[in-house]
Amino acid sequence: MPKRVVVTGVGLVTPLGCRVEEVWKRLCAGESGVRAITEEALSVFRTKVAGLCDDFVPEDYVSVKDTRKLDRFTLFALASAVDAVRASGLDFSKEDPFRCGVITGCGVGGLGEITRQQDRLRGMGPGKISPYTIPKIMANAAPGQIAIHYGIHGSTYSIATACASANSAMSESFRAIRLGEADVVITGGTESAVTELGLSGFCAMRALSERETPPETASCPFDIKRDGFVIGEGAGILVFEELQHAQKRDAPILGEVLGYGATTDASHITQPDAEGIYPAEAMKAALRCASLAPEDLDYINLHGTATKLGDLAETSAIKRALGEYAYKIPMSSTKSHIGHLLGGSGGPEAIFSLLTIRDGIAPPTINLTEPDPACDLDYIPLEARPIKARRVMSNSFGFGGHNVCVIFGQYR
Amino acid sequence: MSSQEVQEKVIGIIADQLGVDANTITRDTDIANDLGADSLDFAELMIVFEEKFDIDIVEEDAQNITTVGQVIDNIEKQINSK
Repeated sequence: MPKRVVVTGVGLVTPLGCRVEEVWKRLCAGESGVRAITEEALSVFRTKVAGLCDDFVPEDYVSVKDTRKLDRFTLFALASAVDAVRASGLDFSKEDPFRCGVITGCGVGGLGEITRQQDRLRGMGPGKISPYTIPKIMANAAPGQIAIHYGIHGSTYSIATACASANSAMSESFRAIRLGEADVVITGGTESAVTELGLSGFCAMRALSERETPPETASCPFDIKRDGFVIGEGAGILVFEELQHAQKRDAPILGEVLGYGATTDASHITQPDAEGIYPAEAMKAALRCASLAPEDLDYINLHGTATKLGDLAETSAIKRALGEYAYKIPMSSTKSHIGHLLGGSGGPEAIFSLLTIRDGIAPPTINLTEPDPACDLDYIPLEARPIKARRVMSNSFGFGGHNVCVIFGQYR
Repeated sequence: MSSQEVQEKVIGIIADQLGVDANTITRDTDIANDLGADSLDFAELMIVFEEKFDIDIVEEDAQNITTVGQVIDNIEKQINSK
């Protein structure tokens, strides 16, 4: 008998703040966390806006000494994990450390540190490279540091499926608990790629929005004016726990993980297939995994990055997967508020999905003032909407052709 | 730079890098055993000393350094021979 998996704690670091309830309130109020790029080194690129976590204070979580040894993406993940674990009430000193794990997603790793040390290498020679370089830049520094922090000795690893990384990590975490391999898995995603190399690379692809517009209106998924995504940074970490384990310790249960589905385009390394055939299959697989029919879903937290092709492909995919019901189900892109957190994006989006279930309110897609006629579904434009959400799906699609959808449900 | 100044600067750097109270550091303090520096912390410290004092601590010397006093002596020797 497969085990049931519930979520007992969440934590996040986003451009809209670092406290879950505050971020949620601002999100439902239609606020944006996107701002103009004022940092000199980052202001030479075609894109002029980003979602940056200005409120994040790493010293609130780790010693000043450790802030030098951990890259920003790891600090995001560790801070979010600390908040999530605190909310869950877990005390790892009372847990079997081999029954606990950490599986998080990250697209790249320490991109900022790579550039800093490369500059030192070229400018000052190999003798001046920091010995912390490798342990800082590796993508698995995030789960490694979280495991050290809590003394977790079960399976821990990082997954890289670009912008689907967090959803992939949650899928694997769900599976590990469902199959009885673990009682608790700290999961989610993190990314800090708003760096010179990150910005220039995405700009070279013409993937980022270059519109001249007030920053808070720059991220406009499904709008006719959309011209690319707004890059963001941050993390969202969740504590997944086996139901009976959570019940035994009277844990707060935010919701249940019902299933996931994953497929791969296998066509182009970055360009989505306009027909949405493979993301549709991922959605269908998630529904099968959760033993649900399309009509059982009440809301979708969209991938919705605001690229021309991506939003079209997701719209097509939803129609393929849900049929006529695609026109009835409400859905929104929270990337319109905070930008695209890349490998971290699925983390906060899962948290927002769970809060939609908890509070019966769906955050809006802001900046959707002129809907693209080809994007003709109910994207909850501009204003949050009260909905009865018992089951919701969170979509993430990544470069590499990875399509990963996770379904959460009300716990009962 | 006087001997006293070198000592104060070295202790200040170590305290900052390792997150310890400067008042607990003396010439006899063992960087690894007393202050808990691991091999990476130690290697990073040497790079910071090199930058802050504009010197080069050669690998053979670095391998023989264990105490704060040995760091100070190495740096003073290099500054004086400039």
